[in-house]
Amino acid sequence: MDQTQITLTILGMAVVTFLPRLLPIKALSARSLPPVLAGWLKHMPIAVLAAMLVPTLLAPEGDLAVNLSNLYLWASIPAWLVARRTHSFVAAVLVGIAVVAIARRLL
Amino acid sequence: MNPSSPRAAWRTGALQALPIAAGYLPIAFTYGVLAQGAGLSTLNTLLMSLLVYAGASQFVAVGLLASGASPLSIVLSTLIVNLRHMLMSATLAPALKGWRWRQQGAFAFELTDETFAVHAMKVSTGALNPAESLALNLSAQAAWIAGTALGVLAGQVVGDLRALGLDFALPALFIALLALQIKGGRQFAVAIFSGGLAVALQRAGWGHWHVIGAALAGATLGSLLERWTKRRSP
Repeated sequence: MDQTQITLTILGMAVVTFLPRLLPIKALSARSLPPVLAGWLKHMPIAVLAAMLVPTLLAPEGDLAVNLSNLYLWASIPAWLVARRTHSFVAAVLVGIAVVAIARRLL
Repeated sequence: MNPSSPRAAWRTGALQALPIAAGYLPIAFTYGVLAQGAGLSTLNTLLMSLLVYAGASQFVAVGLLASGASPLSIVLSTLIVNLRHMLMSATLAPALKGWRWRQQGAFAFELTDETFAVHAMKVSTGALNPAESLALNLSAQAAWIAGTALGVLAGQVVGDLRALGLDFALPALFIALLALQIKGGRQFAVAIFSGGLAVALQRAGWGHWHVIGAALAGATLGSLLERWTKRRSP
């Protein structure tokens, strides 16, 4: 594929990426949602977050690693505690990064 | 400074994008290196980070381009990988009520897994402020583009980026946002169920559908649990 074709492919990718991001906002932001749908969407953030997070935590390198040498699992504990204690996700992320960096240096 | 002034809103948004930026830089860097290796011009490499701006699908596209796949199959794969954003867009839609048309468009253009996660957490404590939200999104994409450019410039993976621990930035972000939103047993159950199901579906070969499947099932479990507890204690 030459660079022009690649550019056109990228434009196509941009369209099919943008529309799923845009259409639900356009369709749903102007009206009040039926209670059933609103109640269902209320649970979506936690459900989506967990669905994206847990596979990464349990298999940081791609293979399931539910064991004590899984650094991501260990580092989750301080990240969780700092978020709960400080209510700051920025602080929790910085602590999480630091724990992983220090552990890699020491281990 | 007036806390509701535009400048304060921009500063807050940029600050909240910090953990996202920390996670994006090394990933976008890797993308930049791989895209060059796959034969994309510098312009096209940057263009994808500018116009598509969706991490997983950019890596998939680079892999497909390197293997000589057709444009149509690349666009279709992109669609499938990014369909999960519909759920996120729908979830945030009520919080964007009253925004200008263009503001909604700009917001949607930069809606990623990570910006969604932060916005959703903020929705749980009130409506979204346009300036603050757009500043967060712009800062996050700026980091994505900067990381891409650095990867292009470096041309190869330099040193051991893992020593910096930045690969844990985005997992840590999701952990923290879960920690801030889980207030009780029902929400904890939804998180455990969705997370476990996502792992199971991924292992079962659901490919890029495992997040959508697990999220749909998890939200359904959450609303069922809520209805049952309400019925039991009217």
